[in-house]
Amino acid sequence: MLKEFLLKHFLLLSILSSFTVVAQEELRNLDSGHEGDEDVKTEIKEYINHHLLDSHDFSLTSYTTESGEHKYVGFPLPVILWDNGLKVFSSSKFHHGETVAEHNGNFYAMHHNKIYKTDASGTINLDGHDHALNEKPLDFSITKNVFTIFIIGLLMFFMFSRMAKTYKTSALPKGVGRALEPIILYIRDDIAIPNIGKKKYKRYMPYLLTVFFFIWIINLLGLTPLGINVTNNIAVTLALALITYFLTTFTANKNYWGHIFWMPGVPIPMRIILAPIELLGTLIKPFSLMIRLYANITAGHIVLMSIIGLMFIFKNWLGSSLSFGLAFALSLLELLVAALQAYIFTMLSALYFGSAVEDHHHDDH
Amino acid sequence: MEKLINEFSIGLFFWQLILFIGLVLLLTKFAWKPILDAVEKRESGIEDALKSAEKAKLEMENLQADNQKLLKEARAERENMLKEAREMKNKMIEDAKGEAQSQANKMIEQAQAAIQSEKKAAIAELKSQVANLSIDIAEKVVRGELSNKNKQLELVETMLGEKSIN
Repeated sequence: MLKEFLLKHFLLLSILSSFTVVAQEELRNLDSGHEGDEDVKTEIKEYINHHLLDSHDFSLTSYTTESGEHKYVGFPLPVILWDNGLKVFSSSKFHHGETVAEHNGNFYAMHHNKIYKTDASGTINLDGHDHALNEKPLDFSITKNVFTIFIIGLLMFFMFSRMAKTYKTSALPKGVGRALEPIILYIRDDIAIPNIGKKKYKRYMPYLLTVFFFIWIINLLGLTPLGINVTNNIAVTLALALITYFLTTFTANKNYWGHIFWMPGVPIPMRIILAPIELLGTLIKPFSLMIRLYANITAGHIVLMSIIGLMFIFKNWLGSSLSFGLAFALSLLELLVAALQAYIFTMLSALYFGSAVEDHHHDDH
Repeated sequence: MEKLINEFSIGLFFWQLILFIGLVLLLTKFAWKPILDAVEKRESGIEDALKSAEKAKLEMENLQADNQKLLKEARAERENMLKEAREMKNKMIEDAKGEAQSQANKMIEQAQAAIQSEKKAAIAELKSQVANLSIDIAEKVVRGELSNKNKQLELVETMLGEKSIN
């Protein structure tokens, strides 16, 4: 029992601390290439910004060789562009954004991790605010984040379909299901049923379960040293929030719309004033879902990485070990946040669904 | 905000939407539905089992009460039957006794009547025999008396004398 406990926690701690160590390692590499505190600060800032961005290749880490050459550990991913027809080629052609990629006579270059159309020499015209003025093809590339969500999707599919199979032979869950079933039951009994109601919760269960596990797993993955962070992309959280919005809107009953456009129980002038506010409210709700998830995860990553970066600014054993301890404590907190954000997203989605299908039961507004 | 819009990636949005909707649909079919159904089935099974256990307990109690009642009734019935049997027995004995008595009385009466009639017949016979005997004797006596002439005359005389006296 104790052994099991220690083993489990050792695994957890080693994952957490390895994240810190890897980040440290990468930052040290950056550090060794440059001299001076200002340079270190800019490097750290750039590194953090880089970490927060998506990329067109799956690189786990990078280092600088003795000769000053950047080496990347990872693999390239397919680039898919819509530029007068579908253009598919490997991201290795960009050499991590350092060179111009040529495909069927078209030239593409990267600027701040975005792909722009350019000429053979790779000219990027910039306006005063460091924004590229070049033509931007529609980018449907399988980026690092897209690749990650596909992996997560596969993982979830295999995990849960395998869990479903174990129920065919026994009424009790087996293996991983033993840990997952209480969570599924919690989502059903403490999130879906109290918020949506016993009669209608069933049709929302697949979405609630999927969104909870998806966000949770992807947040946890963001805490591993793989350097993946999917939920701090506004595109991802927007997609999730949009699904919640559409589900709410398209499954809403008459009572829900009645409360928005013609609020019962208030004077008529108030009803007219309330209608646009209520209508706006339906949009603000999913918008807040989107921002909340995005901001929480992004902030967590920024703070965590900044504290790790502090080690290289202090450059003494006291400050460095202090910030290591702080980073470690913060990692634990982030572990909680990972689950908490998944819970909040699921909980609020259920709440919105609940308000959309709520029956009219009180006449005295 | 401008940074957010700048960083927004249509591609990622597109893939996330496609993947997520696909994932929801696939998981619904292959995972959530079977899992939730199995869990629900198990829960309802447990509930049913508990309910039926409760029901069985109640039935058991009812049965026991019924048994008790039946036992009581049976006992009362037995008591009744015994009582009736006893009464019947007594009555039968009583009846038999009465019947025997009357039969006996009747027989005695008949016997007495028969004895009486036999007696009468016997007396009548006796009478007739006595009469015959006395006639015979009288005949013999008369014969003896009238065996000689003197005596016959004497008799006639006495008889006549008697007659004349009368």
